[in-house]
Amino acid sequence: MIKVKNLTKKFGDFTAVDDISFEVGTGEIFGFLGPNGAGKSTTIKILTTLLHPTKGTVTLNGHDPAREPNVVRNLFGIIFQDPSLDDELTAWENIEFHGVLYNVPKKIRRERNEQLLKFVDLWDRKDSLVKEFSGGMRRRLEIARGLLHHPKIIFLDEPTLGLDPQTRNHMWTYLKEINKNEGTTIFFSTHYMEEAENVAQKIAIIDHGKIIQTGTAEQLKIKTNTKSLEEAFLALTGKGIREESAQPMEQMRMMRRRWHK
Amino acid sequence: MEKIYILWLRQIKRYLRSKSRIVGSLAQPMLFLIAMGYGFGSVFKEAGQGDYINFLAPGIIGMSIIFTGIFTGIEIIWDRQFGFLKEMMVAPVSRMEIMIGRTLGGGTIATMQGLLVLFISMLFGFHPEGWAVVFLTIFVMFLVALLFTALGTMIASLLEDMQGFQLIMNFLVMPLFFLSGALFPLEGLPTTLAIIAKIDPLSYGIDAFRILLIGEGYYGLGTDILVMSVVTVIFTALGSYFFKKIQI
Repeated sequence: MIKVKNLTKKFGDFTAVDDISFEVGTGEIFGFLGPNGAGKSTTIKILTTLLHPTKGTVTLNGHDPAREPNVVRNLFGIIFQDPSLDDELTAWENIEFHGVLYNVPKKIRRERNEQLLKFVDLWDRKDSLVKEFSGGMRRRLEIARGLLHHPKIIFLDEPTLGLDPQTRNHMWTYLKEINKNEGTTIFFSTHYMEEAENVAQKIAIIDHGKIIQTGTAEQLKIKTNTKSLEEAFLALTGKGIREESAQPMEQMRMMRRRWHK
Repeated sequence: MEKIYILWLRQIKRYLRSKSRIVGSLAQPMLFLIAMGYGFGSVFKEAGQGDYINFLAPGIIGMSIIFTGIFTGIEIIWDRQFGFLKEMMVAPVSRMEIMIGRTLGGGTIATMQGLLVLFISMLFGFHPEGWAVVFLTIFVMFLVALLFTALGTMIASLLEDMQGFQLIMNFLVMPLFFLSGALFPLEGLPTTLAIIAKIDPLSYGIDAFRILLIGEGYYGLGTDILVMSVVTVIFTALGSYFFKKIQI
């Protein structure tokens, strides 16, 4: 379903993704692991048409995201790592907006909107503006929205970051169900090794823009002679802590506040 | 169509919810009407040009439309910084549809703002010639609004953050407004200024407002509408092109 061959992405002099290759089969649950700044999000952005590769080929179901973005955009759904909600709209409006953009027929949309908002425990807050929501509530809304349409591939970029265990559990149950019933391919990145060990059928570990190992959790443990995926991960990527460049997000928030007052 | 509609609706909802912004953006036109309108009124009359408030009001309507239009266009930068742009960019919607939905939304907002200023200027003593042409006036307002929203969207597709915002204000929006004939008659201008006014699309918008509202004009209504339509199409096409190139 997903084929990546010799993919390289450079930002100026900095090489974010360095000649990586991997494949994800149809209906597979694929875990993409790596420390901060390893190149996970960049890879996901290239797969989802947001960035163009510097070198190499990428295909989703045989289509190149850079050349046929509109075909590819019909294939997948994504839950982003960082916020992507409209603060000035209500929870319902956000999810409705998504449904319309993704061609979900009105009747199904209404049913699923309700089902999903109940599922993430936001049904009684559906008419509140998102700007009144706490971080956890926003996260839950993003999860609900991301699950609204049922695409062939679902990308989840650290979906469980800041999510309570209940919702995390719920989410994976839901995802496993559509994976089983509809053969949906699931591509996710995470920092929680336990989560990856539990759900991923195949794992790739990326560090400094290069893929250093692929295989099942079992295989990775055997290769590194460790007892858990967490230990295997640390054995492969080392124990140093990585820095990610800060985004000018806070500055923007302040400017916007000034602007809107 | 439904996608364009929901993109439009989003803009409208955001606009109607930001009451402080609506009120805030009326302060500047009021200030112009008071300071310029009353301040220069007697000089204008002495020069044999008639009532300055009547002459100025169409220009101030144009001002509020260009400011609102360009700002709603530029709001894409906020969407980009707050992540919502990603949500739109990965969706199976053509970039043209996004561009059209946004431009129609921004255009509608700028038109409403223009109408508000029209009513306010009447409180300050503006007398339109008649109400028969009101629909045509709204149509022209919408055209001017579309033109500058498309321009704002185009600029926003080329900028990554708000760093360049001051630059745009001082080197684009302000000159477009001040050199458009919003504040002075286009007759008898020095050659250079006359040429600049001629290539400023806002000149045609304000000229059309004057023709419709006070029965005075310079270029002629047909020319005004034709020039603005062509420029709007060009800006929308360019905007879609740049929009397609956005990488996040």
